[in-house]
Amino acid sequence: MQPSLKIVIVDKNPIRAAILEDGLREAGHVHVVRVDDTSHLLARIYAIDPDVILIDLENPSRDVLEQMFQVSRAVKRPVAMFVDQSDKAATEAAVDAGVSAYIVGGLQKERIKNILDLCISRFNSFARLRDELERARTALEERKVIDRAKGILMTAKHLSEDAAYALLRKTAMNENKRIAEVAQSVVTAAELLK
Amino acid sequence: MSASDARLRIGFIPLADAAASVVAVDKGFAAAEGLDVELVREVSWSNVRDKLNIGLFDAAHLLAPVAIASSLGLGHVKVPIIAPLGLGMNGNAITVSPALYAAIAAAAEGNVVDPMMSARALARVVARRKTKGEEPLTFGMTFPFSTHNYQLRFWMAAGGVDPDEDVRLVVLPPPYMVDSLANGHVDGFCVGAPWSSVAVDLGIGFILHFVSEILLRAAEKVLAVRERWAQAHPDTLLRLVRAHHRAAAFIEDEANRDEVAAILAAPNRIGVAAEVIRRTLDGRIKVAADGSTRASNRYLLIGRKRAARPDPAQAAWLYGQMVRWGQAPLSAELLSAAKAVFRPDLFDAAIATQDRDEPGEPPDRIGAVAGPAFDPDDIGAHLAAWNIRRA
Repeated sequence: MQPSLKIVIVDKNPIRAAILEDGLREAGHVHVVRVDDTSHLLARIYAIDPDVILIDLENPSRDVLEQMFQVSRAVKRPVAMFVDQSDKAATEAAVDAGVSAYIVGGLQKERIKNILDLCISRFNSFARLRDELERARTALEERKVIDRAKGILMTAKHLSEDAAYALLRKTAMNENKRIAEVAQSVVTAAELLK
Repeated sequence: MSASDARLRIGFIPLADAAASVVAVDKGFAAAEGLDVELVREVSWSNVRDKLNIGLFDAAHLLAPVAIASSLGLGHVKVPIIAPLGLGMNGNAITVSPALYAAIAAAAEGNVVDPMMSARALARVVARRKTKGEEPLTFGMTFPFSTHNYQLRFWMAAGGVDPDEDVRLVVLPPPYMVDSLANGHVDGFCVGAPWSSVAVDLGIGFILHFVSEILLRAAEKVLAVRERWAQAHPDTLLRLVRAHHRAAAFIEDEANRDEVAAILAAPNRIGVAAEVIRRTLDGRIKVAADGSTRASNRYLLIGRKRAARPDPAQAAWLYGQMVRWGQAPLSAELLSAAKAVFRPDLFDAAIATQDRDEPGEPPDRIGAVAGPAFDPDDIGAHLAAWNIRRA
């Protein structure tokens, strides 16, 4: 059994960081530390002395980590960014998923590869989850706007609910717009005419 | 022209010297060249570099030294990058806390507006702190391979301060600079506009120097593309350079300044008040909380004084700093590789009517406040002029 790696996660998003930490623990990594994006980031990382640092690409502090490549008395062990020139696909997948990895010392490539793969898949599932939530939220808001537009048309034109909806749909088709967009125009117009 | 030629993604960091790229797109100069450009705002230089390197960006607003480091394979993967156009010269400022400003002013033998006066005064402040057993002063800069790093080092070393032994230099993302100065994490920093102005407006910083007072001409950001991309898309590249050149001329025409400032102020572009951007472009900068200002027609050069034409002497100077501070070995091969990153030939191929030379520019095209004239063919002589160096 190889000794367990010490992994630091720097992520502004606490939910995503937790998801990643869970994943790493499930994979048998017990030494996982989450670090906030603070002004003393480098000092905290030196104190933890990790083997691997994972950072999200939305984080401006990524440039702070680049300082660790420089020859410095503060660094205990050499640091390199995990970029495998022979495996361009893995690097691209990581950047695409929005994560970057830095490794400390001379670790075996295979051990890091597994961690990075796990990272990529967790980041991607988090992004999918966020998209789904966003879509659900948008759908809910659109339904509310359509209901309001229907109400306005029913009162103003003395229509039934079905007829009001049919009118919205017909207008949307004629103008090559989405029903929600036409509904929003009706609501906006009604507010202006109040 | 193939369909893929016309669509480009350009990465940028929200700073005043991204102006030429932003105006080229938002004012339609890129479209007029048949280019459909998507500007992508980024949060770190590492991201810009990596996304350019792996091809997620076709071009980028990039720190000039990062383009050189990437081409030389310093500190990271070696990906040859070329710069067919300069996006900006100068534009940085050195800002210090009120406490450090007072200490430097008290220790100075003359007016601290003179960078040699302030640097020698800093050396006295540093020596006094050492005698008293106090913590060394800490200065923030934006990236290991950054003009800010080299400019801070050049200035303080000229006054006798060793930037590695006597003070601490730390990398800080520009948006965090101001907070770090306010909470005492750093005593000063070197950063691009508008962040120094933000610190001054909050009353927590004094602008000690415009970098243009230390170096008359300092290449800052370049329009960077992968060399292989340039070879595969020669026509697109020339059109991209032309669009940027027209944008730069538009920006430098004072009649357009309000419009330019409004374009850049948009939340998805630079996202700071148009008034602050206007002052930056005009070179009228508030330097202290009491409202005193300093003006310089060199504070930030975008299209004036031939700033847009890449100058290999500038690349040589930046490589010289990498050698001086132990980031790169000295060799004739690396020097010529560094110079080859800056491509005036491509600029000339794209721009039919060249700007005229203006009088008053330094003969060595650098114009440093200290040391002998810079010779881009003799980095050894440049290094030999200094006592404080790592190489």
